[in-house]
Amino acid sequence: MKPHTLSVLVENKAGVLSRVTGLFSRRGFNIESLAVGTCEEPGMSRITIVCIGDDAQIEQVMKQLNKLIEVIKVSDISDMDRVERELALIKVHAEPGSGRAEVMQIATIFRAQIIDVGTKTVVLSVAGDTEKIDALETLLRQYGVKEFIRTGKIALLRGSKTVKSSK
Amino acid sequence: MKTGAKILIESLQREGVETLFGYPGGVVLPIYDELFDSPLNHILVRHEQAAAHAADGYARASGKVGVCLATSGPGACNLVTGIATAYMDSIPVVALTGQVPTSLLGNDAFQESDITGITLPVTKHNYLVKRTEDLGHVVKEAFYISNTGRKGPVLIDLPKDVSTKEIEYEFPENDELVLRGYQPTYRGHARQIEKALELIALAERPLIYAGGGVISSDASRELVQFAEMLQIPVTTTLMGLGAIPCDHPLNLGMLGMHGTQYANYAVTECDLLFSVGVRFDDRVTGKIETFASRAQVIHVDIDPAEIGKNKKVDVPIVGDAKGVLADMCARIQKKAGYQNWISRINSWKQKYPMRFREDGHLRPQMIIRELSDLLAGEGIVVSEVGQNQMWTAQYFCFKKPRTWITSGGLGTMGYGFPAAMGAHFARPDQPVFDIAGDGSFQMNIQELGTVSHNRIPVKVAVLNNMFLGMVRQWQELFHNRRYSFTELPPVDFVKIANAYGVDGMRVDSPDQVREALKTAIETEGPFVLDFRIEREENVFPMVPAGAAINEMIGGCQE
Ligand SMILES: Cc1ncc(C[n+]2csc(CCOP(=O)(O)OP(=O)(O)O)c2C)c(N)n1
Repeated sequence: MKPHTLSVLVENKAGVLSRVTGLFSRRGFNIESLAVGTCEEPGMSRITIVCIGDDAQIEQVMKQLNKLIEVIKVSDISDMDRVERELALIKVHAEPGSGRAEVMQIATIFRAQIIDVGTKTVVLSVAGDTEKIDALETLLRQYGVKEFIRTGKIALLRGSKTVKSSK
Repeated sequence: MKTGAKILIESLQREGVETLFGYPGGVVLPIYDELFDSPLNHILVRHEQAAAHAADGYARASGKVGVCLATSGPGACNLVTGIATAYMDSIPVVALTGQVPTSLLGNDAFQESDITGITLPVTKHNYLVKRTEDLGHVVKEAFYISNTGRKGPVLIDLPKDVSTKEIEYEFPENDELVLRGYQPTYRGHARQIEKALELIALAERPLIYAGGGVISSDASRELVQFAEMLQIPVTTTLMGLGAIPCDHPLNLGMLGMHGTQYANYAVTECDLLFSVGVRFDDRVTGKIETFASRAQVIHVDIDPAEIGKNKKVDVPIVGDAKGVLADMCARIQKKAGYQNWISRINSWKQKYPMRFREDGHLRPQMIIRELSDLLAGEGIVVSEVGQNQMWTAQYFCFKKPRTWITSGGLGTMGYGFPAAMGAHFARPDQPVFDIAGDGSFQMNIQELGTVSHNRIPVKVAVLNNMFLGMVRQWQELFHNRRYSFTELPPVDFVKIANAYGVDGMRVDSPDQVREALKTAIETEGPFVLDFRIEREENVFPMVPAGAAINEMIGGCQE
């Protein structure tokens, strides 16, 4: 059982996302993370889904997704050379004089941006792979993470390879 | 200028629809108004669930798409059980529902329900049409999706303003369907087919396991030819009955929980299982680890997601059963011989036949055998769910495909009677019998009104045991005979039938059975037979849930 990253190209029609997520809940598959947005093809969206399961379960997930009329293409890109990013916004407790400087230092090291500063808090924005964001979160916990939100993973194959509609 | 309603009706005609089943209401009034002088035959049911089942029964008997129509909210919700029933058995149905006007969508308006949301998990696809301009194309797409690939129900939700709006509309000459994400594979992969034939040639104890997919792809001729060419015995699922004639020497009847002993032994001992149009349902396999555990498995199915879903498969063949079987027949070079295997199976057949006690009591199995004799291969038999269904599957001799109609996947009580009405419109030349339990019949008994009103000549044979029989059987076997809420008070079904203007007859003893069945057949309109059967008769053999399928109780012992 390991996380699999699926790249799903769908027609951008009302209700597509609920068809996809409904399929997961109905068949008892678990979604770790899900990100969706428009893509290079007009009228299409690309969904990146991370789910955990053994090979047979993932195969079944992909086959069931493929059955949806509006799903054009499903690819498991877990074992392919790819780039991945997640975006996270983290609101950390950081009062002047007690830890604020340290938080800012950590942000620099992780190439996170400070996008808001309040009297007692700062908000960091960070993009990167899951591990990087996890690591940053762990570090910041000791200062007090007041709110933490992440987008879910998006992924693309490296080089000229693409996940395109050929279904 | 045409209204949406007019476009809808014309679209249905273009799809070849002749009959639809429905029930009116506020938001579908424009459609009903259009129906009033259209050539379509609309049957007014007494409950929308029956409209969905009738459309489904029509589809199963004809192979064409069945159509039902309901109003928004409660009407649409009442269709859901029927839609789910069709979904589980992969039956092509198009369900049309009214919806509140688009301006009120999402406002919890009077009689609004999110029917596309509700039916998402039980439809192959569904549509909420927001523009009258799209309607014609959507109907075309819906019929296409419903009756191609792995078939299934498709729902179209029609807001009231979409059906009242008038637009300039001509049906396009060549309205091409571009469905990039929907391209079913019909032809089986040549190399896989070769491989399957090689495995069969090497096998010593091959067995064909055929299901509803063979019926829905009209592949029974090819199936029988394939079995005969190679002399391989065939067992079918509940849904596959009729794919090979009951009295064919290679036929082992049904397998699974209430299958024949010889079919279940054959599955357990075979070294090659050729599965076609089946889905390894748990009612068939019992404990999956022991199902055909000595066999290499070939699986032919139009739906790639079925292959490997429940059981590991050695040779997958994605394709339409009819085409794949035809391809296979064309490539068979020499006949293999499985004489030892066949004689072993035949000795099981002799040793463990299907049988029941014949001691002067009125037993359901005998009623079904008599009906089978009387109809002699003619007619369509529909069942409800429970013991009545299993006895019919076990004792009725089905000779042709599409003559046996039952809710296999969902197991919907109340399915049979309305489905029988639908079957009649698909095959008006054929006598149609609904074999019912007293519990199931009461789930859609109001349809006596529909058959009476329209003189639909459906015959209902109630196997009246005054119990929810199948549940009582489980209580007897697994809950110490504690009959918790499964006893039904006696009902005089003849009187109820009469109240609706339908004739009926009560039968108490075996010697009345034949005459009573004949009377029903000879009566022109609908007819209800109330058979007062032995109250605690059981369906045997039976594989307890979760056991291996060769571990049957109540079969014949050596
Ligand atoms: C709608 C629905 N509710 C409940 C069940 C569960 N169930 C399966 S068989 C059965 C009993 C059926 O009784 P009856 O129709 O009298 O038929 P019999 O088994 O006596 O032939 C029940 C309650 C079901 N299949 N469908």
